[in-house]
This record gives sequence, C-alpha cells and structure tokens, in this order.
Amino acid sequence: MASIVVILSYVYYDTISLLEQQDQETIRADVLGLTDQYRVGGVAGILETIERRNAQKGEMLYMLADPSGSHIAGNLVSLPINSIPDDSWFDFKIKSADKNATADHTAHGYNVQLPDGYQLVVARDVEDIRVFRDRILYSLYWGLGFAVVIGLGVGTAFSRSFLRRVDSITNTSQKIMNGNLSDRMPISGSGDELDRLAHSLNDMLNKIELLMQGMREVSGNVAHDLKTPLTRMRARLEDALRGEDKVAQRHALEQNVHDCDNLLATFNALLSITQLEAGQQRTSLENLDAYATLADVVELYEPLAEENHGTIQLRAQPGLIIKAKRELMAQALTNLLDNALKYGASKDGGTHIIVSGRIEQSNTVISVSDQGTGIPEKDRTRVLDRFVRLDESRTKPGNGLGLSLVSSIATLLGGKLIIRDNNPGLKAELHLPYAG
Amino acid sequence: MQPQKNETNADLTGDVWAGTGNYMRILIIEDDKDAASWLMKGLKESGHIVDLASDGELGFAVANEGRHDVLIVDRMLPKVDGLTIISQLRSNGHKTPILILSALSDVDERVKGLRAGGDDYLAKPYSFSELLARVEGLGARKLLDPKDAKLKAADLELDLLTRTVTRDGKPIVLQPREFKLLEYLVRNAGHIVTRTMLLENVWDYHFDPQTNVIDVHVSRLRGKLDKGFAEPLLQTVRGAGYMIRAR
Repeated sequence: MASIVVILSYVYYDTISLLEQQDQETIRADVLGLTDQYRVGGVAGILETIERRNAQKGEMLYMLADPSGSHIAGNLVSLPINSIPDDSWFDFKIKSADKNATADHTAHGYNVQLPDGYQLVVARDVEDIRVFRDRILYSLYWGLGFAVVIGLGVGTAFSRSFLRRVDSITNTSQKIMNGNLSDRMPISGSGDELDRLAHSLNDMLNKIELLMQGMREVSGNVAHDLKTPLTRMRARLEDALRGEDKVAQRHALEQNVHDCDNLLATFNALLSITQLEAGQQRTSLENLDAYATLADVVELYEPLAEENHGTIQLRAQPGLIIKAKRELMAQALTNLLDNALKYGASKDGGTHIIVSGRIEQSNTVISVSDQGTGIPEKDRTRVLDRFVRLDESRTKPGNGLGLSLVSSIATLLGGKLIIRDNNPGLKAELHLPYAG
Repeated sequence: MQPQKNETNADLTGDVWAGTGNYMRILIIEDDKDAASWLMKGLKESGHIVDLASDGELGFAVANEGRHDVLIVDRMLPKVDGLTIISQLRSNGHKTPILILSALSDVDERVKGLRAGGDDYLAKPYSFSELLARVEGLGARKLLDPKDAKLKAADLELDLLTRTVTRDGKPIVLQPREFKLLEYLVRNAGHIVTRTMLLENVWDYHFDPQTNVIDVHVSRLRGKLDKGFAEPLLQTVRGAGYMIRAR
C-alpha cells in the first residue's frame, strides 16, 4: 500500500513540476524579450508587440500599466497591479473583463518593474495543468483510500483466522493443563508456521506424556517398595515395645537399622539414576582406558567369586579408550558383577564370569557374562526399567535398580546397555563410543 | 552370600564400638539442632570433649582459635558456607583435620570439598560408627610421620620402600593390593576403619557396591597375617569395621 502511495506521489510531483517549469521558462523568455524591447523603444516599443500577441486568443496573457497602475495595454484588464509584489511570481484567476482569455481559468504570471515606473505582467493560462494536477491528486486520494480499506479488510480477515487458530491452541493447552493429557494441538493441514508450531508442540506433549507415564510407574513402584519394608519395620518395633525381653528388643532394633540401611541404599541408587539422567556429570567426562577399570574391578571381585566356588576371567587388552569417568565405569561394572554373582550360578553350582572388552567398529564393547539361567527374551528390555524384578529374583536381596543404574550410566556416556543370551546365561554388553 | 559370616573370626567385645579412649577436642559446626545434639551425645559418650557452633560465622571464629583437634563441618551453613570456612582456615595456616558432612553425595561435590581443604568427606545420612571411625582416624593422623619409611603395629612391621612385611620377624608375602590395604590399616592402628573408608582409601571408589566385597579381602589378609600366631592382629569390630592392634 505504501508503495502505491510512493509511486503516485512520484508521478505527481515529477509531472507537475516539469509542466510548471516549462510554463515558467516560456514566461521568463517573454519577459526578457519585452524588457529588452522596452529598453530600446520605450513604452511604444513594447506596445505593438503586446497588441499583436493579444490579437489572437492564446495562452499568453499580458498587462502593461503606467506608474499609477492604470491599464495601458494587454488583454489582462482586471489585475490590481499595484498590490502585486514587484519582480515575483504569482497566481490569479482570470476574470470576464479580461479580453481574449477564458474567464475563471487559473493563470501563473510574473510581475516586472520596468524603468520609469511602468509595470509589466506576463502570465500564462495554466488551467490545463491545474486540472491535470487535480485529477492526479484525486486518483491518488481515492487509490490510497481504496488501498487502506482493502488492506484493513484483508488484514482483519487474516488476523481473525490466525487468532482463531491461536485461540484453539490456547484452548487445547488449557484442556491439557486441566488434566486431559491425551489431547493434542489442532493442525490445519496447510503446513504453515502455525502448523509447524502445533506439530512440535504435539511432539513435546508426546514426550512429556511418555516421561510422566514413566514417573507414575516409578512413584508407584517406589511406594510399593517402601511400603513393604516400612510395614515390616513398624510391626517389628510394635512387637519389641510390647515385649519385655531385652535381647529380643535389641535384635529388633538391629534388624531395623539393617532395613533402614537397605532403604537408604535404594534411595541413593534412585538419586544416582536421577542425577545421571539429568546429565550434569557429562561435563566432567574425560578420556579413559576402560581396561584399567576392568582390571581393577575384576581384582576387587575375584576373591568374592572364589568364595562362591566361582571364577572371574578378564579377556581384554589395554587401549579400550572411552569418554567416561573411572568412578562411573566402576559403578556400572560392580553392578553387573553383583548381578552375575547373584544370579549367574551355573548348574554345577559354581559362578563362572567372563569380563571382556573389545573394539567393534566405532564402539568399545564391554561385556559381563555368566552361565546362569539368564533372562527370557521378552523381559530383556523391561529389566532395564526401575524397580523391575523378575519373579525368580524376588527371593534374593536387591532393589531392582542395578540394571537401571547401569543403563543410565551407559546413556550418560553416549552409549547403551544391551542384554543378550549367553547360551546358557546372561551377557550384559555396554556399547560405548570408542574415543581413541 | 552373606558377607557377615566372616565377622566371627575375631570379634572384639560383641558390643557396638565406643571409641578408643584417647580423648580429643572436637568442634562441630552444624546448624541442624537435632543432628548436632545427636552427634554431641555420641562423641561425648565416646569420651571426647565437644564444642558446638550453630552457624558459619561463629564456627569460623571458634575454629580460628585453633583449640580443637578435629573439626566436623557441615557443608551448607547459615551466614558463612562450610567450604568458605575451610578454605579461610587453611589460608590462615590452620592444619586441623577437617571432616566435611554433606547431603550432596556426588563425586564432584566430594572433590570440591577436598579441594577446599577438607581431609575427609561423609555424605548424609551416615551411621554414627562411620563418623566416629573417621573422626578418630583424622585425630590420630597427625601422630604419624608420612615420610617414615617403616610402619609398625604391635609385632608387625611394614617397609614402605621395599614393600615387605614381617610379623615377629617372619616375612609375610602379600599381593600389591593387600599391601596397600594393610598399610592403611596400620596407619590407623588402634583405630577402627570402616568398610567404606577402606573402599575409598584403598580402592578409591566412592560408592557402595551392593555386596560387601571388602570383607573377603580383609579376611584373606587376616589369614596371611594371623596364620600361626595365637593372638589375632586384625580384628573385626561388629557393626563398625576393622582394626589392627597398635600394641
């Protein structure tokens, strides 16, 4: 709209000023000619020229006046010449008294002060230019008005539909906030910015819903896993309060301290997982040869395995470079070894564990395998979730967080934990990006 | 796999450990009133003299007088933060051993605490026996010269240069890790060391494995040390940890 205004204004000013300039040039030339003639031949010298030019009806208008302002010659009769400033441009309306000119037309003229007090006005009928100018201005105003009206109309309609869609997004988010979590943002199908926004909001909502589902499961599991030991502890304390036997009371207290320690360990593990998932430690990772940690942890667990009539074999070479932290790697490995020692006893009764490390394509793969009963294929992903304990393991101490912790460590290190069949037994593989 | 089964080897009194008898002057800087009074009661019962400061400003002023053998400093305190107190005390030239207590168990937090000048770091919640063992360990530390090439406890002698061990003059062959384990126990001879302290100082791990792997290592070491001797040197203190006799 602004461009229309700019173009019209340009046309207007350019054309009009060109035409006006031409008129002024003509008048100026005439003035120069007449003053020259006056200088040579006096009043008589220009009288004839003026009379001759005025004989035919034309665009040029003249008036010669004596020092008192009385008309001497020229078709302009009506001009009050003394009230017009000397040697300057002026505009006026042609009157019916003026001869050989169209009355009511606009004229543009120049008033010259001749020597001896005589005055000369040379003017030109500029009605055509005025009409032309008015017409352009007229269309300019109309065009502008039209453009404004159209623009406002279209703009309002557009913003109405835009606002309606924003409103529907707002309404949907209100509904979601009020608890209808399955609701999603409407998509118009036009693929415009609003649609893209709605799409990414929906993706976000899906992700949030998934996370919340996980949270709900975890809180449910936490509540359940806390309730059992707390109920037991409460019953034990009540029993001890009722009884008189000092030894039994002491035993109950000791048992409760033990249960508290287990609960604290559960909470610590849960906190560790949460912290790992928050990913704050990612900044302090450094290049590490996992071999050293493998050797360390194997050395730490070997005596325990031997006590259980078992063995731990280390099958790895130095150079298993990963981006990690020794502490995190050791924590992951001890959890896997704890599991292997708990559930990995083979049929002959011994627990034979193999810890291996190798580089496979762009990954460092670290595995802990045993020859126990393993985990059925359908449960292999599920066991990585928090608090999931398979029925066979319920009788043994543990909190169902070990593999979740290992899995979150693997995720933090940019890799993953994969549970495989060891035929027989379980093979837990950490796939971590090789950083050598 | 109950690790506790190894504890029957050399049980001390059968009671929860109640201190070494050598009293220390301990300053607790802790704003939690319940925790502080629980700590005070326990430490006093173990025979120590205990002072308490309930905010950072007061704590720093009292600690700065240098009258205490060990400081127990809570990480988060009103007015002046625990780590600030510690680094100020260190820059004032105080060498008093400091145990940091903190609700933050993250390894990075621990490193921050030790870097500020703390000597040991204990994450809440902790058991009293764990705290007592660490405090007494810190109090005893200054008695040992770290440059001494030979460590002794009762009839046991460790040569840190040749890395050899003898008991009553008879050589005992140890694996490198066993030597490190024994060295730590002997440095704290006469004081209890907990399983967590061993895991932290001998293996440099700051998390608790689910199964107690340490017990097996200690019981193997004990097998080598006490084999053929009537009097056990490495004792299990029930509910607390292990101790090597000093005399």
